[in-house]
Amino acid sequence: MSRIGVAFDKARADGRALLVGCMPAGFPTVEGSIAAMTAMVEAGVDVIEVEIPYSDPVMDGPVIQRASDIALAGGVRTADTMRIIEAVAATGAPVVTMTYWNPVERYGVDVFARDLASAGGTGLITPDLIPDEADEWLAASDAHGLDRTFLVSPSSTDARLAMTVQHCRGFVYATAVMGVTGARARTSDAAPTLVSRARAVTDLPIGVGLGVGTGAQAGTVAGYADGVIVGSALVRCVLDAPTEADGLAALRTLSAELAEGVRNPTR
Amino acid sequence: MSADALAPVAGPQPDSAGHFGRFGGRFVPEALVAALDELDGAWRTAMTDESFRAEFGALLRDYAGTPSLLYEARRFSAKVGARVLLKREDLNHTGAHKVRNVLGQALLTKRMGKTRVIAETGAGQHGVATATAAALFDLECVVYMGQVDTERQALNVARMRMLGATVIPVTNGSRTLKDAMNEAMRDWVANVDETHYLIGTAAGPHPFPAMVRDFVRGIGDEARQQCLDLTGGLPDAVTACVGGGSNALGIFHAFVGDEAVRLYGFEAGGDGVATGRHAASITGGSAGVLHGTRTFVLQDADGQTLESHSISAGLDYPGVGPEHAWLHDTGRANYLPVTDDEAMAAFELLCRTEGIIPAIESAHALAGTVALAPKLAAELGREPTIVVNLSGRGDKDVHTAGDYFGILDKER
Ligand SMILES: Cc1ncc(COP(=O)(O)O)c(C=O)c1O
Repeated sequence: MSRIGVAFDKARADGRALLVGCMPAGFPTVEGSIAAMTAMVEAGVDVIEVEIPYSDPVMDGPVIQRASDIALAGGVRTADTMRIIEAVAATGAPVVTMTYWNPVERYGVDVFARDLASAGGTGLITPDLIPDEADEWLAASDAHGLDRTFLVSPSSTDARLAMTVQHCRGFVYATAVMGVTGARARTSDAAPTLVSRARAVTDLPIGVGLGVGTGAQAGTVAGYADGVIVGSALVRCVLDAPTEADGLAALRTLSAELAEGVRNPTR
Repeated sequence: MSADALAPVAGPQPDSAGHFGRFGGRFVPEALVAALDELDGAWRTAMTDESFRAEFGALLRDYAGTPSLLYEARRFSAKVGARVLLKREDLNHTGAHKVRNVLGQALLTKRMGKTRVIAETGAGQHGVATATAAALFDLECVVYMGQVDTERQALNVARMRMLGATVIPVTNGSRTLKDAMNEAMRDWVANVDETHYLIGTAAGPHPFPAMVRDFVRGIGDEARQQCLDLTGGLPDAVTACVGGGSNALGIFHAFVGDEAVRLYGFEAGGDGVATGRHAASITGGSAGVLHGTRTFVLQDADGQTLESHSISAGLDYPGVGPEHAWLHDTGRANYLPVTDDEAMAAFELLCRTEGIIPAIESAHALAGTVALAPKLAAELGREPTIVVNLSGRGDKDVHTAGDYFGILDKER
């Protein structure tokens, strides 16, 4: 079983959901992003999702777009992302990578998989790669023992849902809302239905993302999902902070609140 | 002729998942797959539906004013050294070939029971065309336009608003066409139930490239027959400018099976491909994934999209439709860059010899033709016949061209 699978099992045994926290690589700087992700782990985030910044992130809302732009303007390269993954993996927390497809294709799919595995990454979340187009990634992830997380959506048909989860390994990412990343005032009504539809066709753990930003919302999602994925709300802590130290302090506070939330599932 | 604009296609087709060789396909969030499948189904049904074809044909004829003329440009021909036939898409309603695509997709939108259309636009041509169709079909219309473009194309912004559209300036990324397209995709993901994303060129995820091509292919069907009627034979070459690629595919498609007819697509070379400041995705880019499809892309070593540069806003895009990437791969069509200066020289030549002010996009096709004519004449040992797609008129470009030629009276 994959390292993520083990982490999900452990959380399930503890009667709680796993907390996945997302941060763009190289935001605000390479060292700054390592510090941010390390602070998240120390404050209770179970799994770090490192997003590779991309010039055209169509699944991301304004907060992550801005953070990605800052990282790219700072000159972060895909090779730096590998270094960041290695540093964060050294904390002991599983590190999963989220990336749009073109940077992987440009790096070389098999070489990317090899370098990701040797950096200690567990696998990829691919927001704009569907299994239909993923032959090369299926082969490379098999060859290098990496997990594959494809997305399922409230609009996925039953047939696509079944096909998509069949190609996943590690965990499945259920997008809670029809929309892009960004914290929302209310969590989604569509998500519980989507999770139960997915459960009907897979035994893999299911993480829910898009729109979660508070401990209470994390508790709500923990009530029906195996993992709670938080991005924009954490990124905003760093984006809005006047100094790096303030950003880290805000990150710790929110991470702890979310960690508390996933331990108190509302059912 | 236009009543048959959707008659079964003889030319090459992608596979059922929209792959043109190693290009095309769908690189999109799963959330959009259901909508793309719905669109694919609606388009395929429409293609074989007599009532859809009749309605589309009637709109093209009575509203858009097609078939457009094939005009023999004698004075221009004499300067160029070829018999040049201009496919006058500039005479269509709204001033370009784009109206054909927009009418087709607006009809499909109605058929799918959707009430809202969104579009991306660079210069505003596609935005204006979409706003026009939305007014005609009583659809809500939102147009995304990079803030840099809303500022330099203020008149087109006003035009869209007059037609009842909401124009949203996009302030993220490079604030140009590619970012407008990103923002339209984000809107679509969030509102896909009632919204159709009316993409303005033969790019994007399947079925857009093949579908848009089918809606504009009347250009080539008409031109092929018109050329036979006028000259008694097929042309030696067909030329067009290539931005996303819709006008070029529209005119190429009917000729792809005619092996003796050479096909030339002219990309925006900006300051010159060697300078890095250009929009020539095929000549100066590399294979990659952008905006939902695999194609040629201007990108850096890490796969980050590079900004494109062209005097022509309609060609200023860092990607190209996947069918062109494939026609390039197979060698069936040739793609060459044309610089800003070459395009503007041809722009002026057409103005002065024919009394026709072309769109700056179309001026790239004219400039490419000027360069091609002597080579083709030498190769054939006679005067060649060349059909040029004059994809649009230059009204929208008067300010840019006036600036370029330094003929605007100074503001006081
Ligand atoms: C007149 C004209 N020609 C050509 C183009 C380029 O688009 P495409 O390559 O899709 O024909 C545009 C785009 O705005 C245009 O307005």
